[in-house]
Amino acid sequence: MIKLTHVSKEYPKRGYALHDVSFHLKKAEFAFLTGHSGSGKSTTMSLIHMADYPTSGEVRVSGFSSARMTGRDLWKVRRRVGMVFQDFRLLPGRSALENVALVLEVTGTPRKAIQPKANRLLDQVGLSGKAGALVEELSGGERQRVAIARALANDPYILLADEPTGNLDDRATRGILDLFWDINATGMAVLMATHDLELIRRYPHARLFELDQGKLVYDSAAADTEAS
Amino acid sequence: MYAMREAIAGVRRAPVLIGLSSGMVGMALFVVGLFSLATYNLQIALAAIEERVEVVVYLRDDARQSEIDHLLGELADYPEVSRVNYVSKRDALERAQRELPEFGQLFVDAEVNPLPQSLEVELRPGNRTPDVVERIARGARNYPFVEDALYGEEWVDRLFALRRIGFASTAVLGAAFALVAALIIGTALRIAIFARREEIYIMRLVGARNGFIRRPFILEGAMAGLAGGILAIVLTYTTYRGVYAYLFEVAWIPGGWVGIGLLAGALFGAASSGVAIRRHLREV
Ligand SMILES: Nc1ncnc2c1ncn2[C@@H]1O[C@H](COP(=O)(O)OP(=O)(O)O)[C@@H](O)[C@H]1O
Ligand SMILES: [Mg+2]
Repeated sequence: MIKLTHVSKEYPKRGYALHDVSFHLKKAEFAFLTGHSGSGKSTTMSLIHMADYPTSGEVRVSGFSSARMTGRDLWKVRRRVGMVFQDFRLLPGRSALENVALVLEVTGTPRKAIQPKANRLLDQVGLSGKAGALVEELSGGERQRVAIARALANDPYILLADEPTGNLDDRATRGILDLFWDINATGMAVLMATHDLELIRRYPHARLFELDQGKLVYDSAAADTEAS
Repeated sequence: MYAMREAIAGVRRAPVLIGLSSGMVGMALFVVGLFSLATYNLQIALAAIEERVEVVVYLRDDARQSEIDHLLGELADYPEVSRVNYVSKRDALERAQRELPEFGQLFVDAEVNPLPQSLEVELRPGNRTPDVVERIARGARNYPFVEDALYGEEWVDRLFALRRIGFASTAVLGAAFALVAALIIGTALRIAIFARREEIYIMRLVGARNGFIRRPFILEGAMAGLAGGILAIVLTYTTYRGVYAYLFEVAWIPGGWVGIGLLAGALFGAASSGVAIRRHLREV
């Protein structure tokens, strides 16, 4: 599903943001990616999303290789990977429904199917009553739910979330994580980056990756096999 | 269709910007329109003059009728030649008396008719060029009974030079102003793209194809170009009516030129916005 093989990312002047990172996230897995601020979590996410490419090594996402990806074909990856950010990245001045419907419009969903599907997605994230509300009228937790509904619109195989609860209070954070588990239960892989160790401790069943200064220093799956 | 709806929405979002750029494009193309009008009318005037381009072969008085008939046949066989008229000495004299009444008496008093007999070679349209008349004249001069063959070298050359200048200046000016128009539309579209960069970012994020993102902008550019073209035609036509009414009689440019102008406006608009959005997508 997602496979990183000896992936390094070097930024000019800044040095290595990632150094020789390898891991394999399988179908329908739920994993946290943790580490201090600046440890390379967002860099990892953007490489998986192919917003950027590794300096060396290979990122494979559901059959697509970073080594052969071009701007022309990027859309194929983007439709398999849903992405959620700390700052939501919704279009202001538009309703929750319009934000979700945009995805469906630009990926060629038949016109008649757009509205019902957007409504269904908003239902799924618990926002059935807020479809017509403008982004500005929604709380942080609600905005993140709209962003999640948008990320799900393409029926992706993987949901990536980069510090999705970073701007949310504890109650909203719990709500978002419950939603992620529900989504994961439908068979979708979830990879969530967070530096909030307290939060991670509440979900001991999830797989856990830890980055430190660009290096992968812990992988719970590998630790399990070593222990046994 | 999504692209069309979005393009129209784009114009709605920034009517002043798109309107201004269409207006400027219209002014640029208006200059081209004026030049086309001038060139076209120059062409008509030149065509009228050109019709009178012919080669006159003057024959010696002692040329035999059989020789003259032979040359007449030869000249008529040129593919570029439409007709050859024989003008006898007497015809020449009559014509001179008719056209130059001041000298009429002089000719009558003369003991002998001083005017030579001649062959007037008329050319088919499109063949009244310096090299054709030159070739025919040179061929005729080879005959011993031909005194000379003339065609007014100088003014034929000048006529064609004038025509070339007219065409070249319209082409150069048209290209220059079309470029200006393209730059204006490109700039307007870059502003429109900048205004919508978040949306473009989101579209890419969620898996819109590049072509899908590009299309509304290209269409918007084409519409701005087309609007500019229409404005230019309206302005040119108004000027044409004004000149016609108050200055002198001119002809309106052919519909084909107008069509080409409109098409060019739309294409340039589409192309320059296409370049702008392509560049933007490559950068982000
Ligand atoms: N676009 C960039 N250009 C230069 N350096 C960057 C860029 N993005 C991230 N970095 C650097 O890479 C390192 C990892 O950053 P990041 O992946 O954002 O960490 P995290 O998300 O874990 O906080 C940091 O040192 C950061 O300064
Ligand atoms: Mg980060």
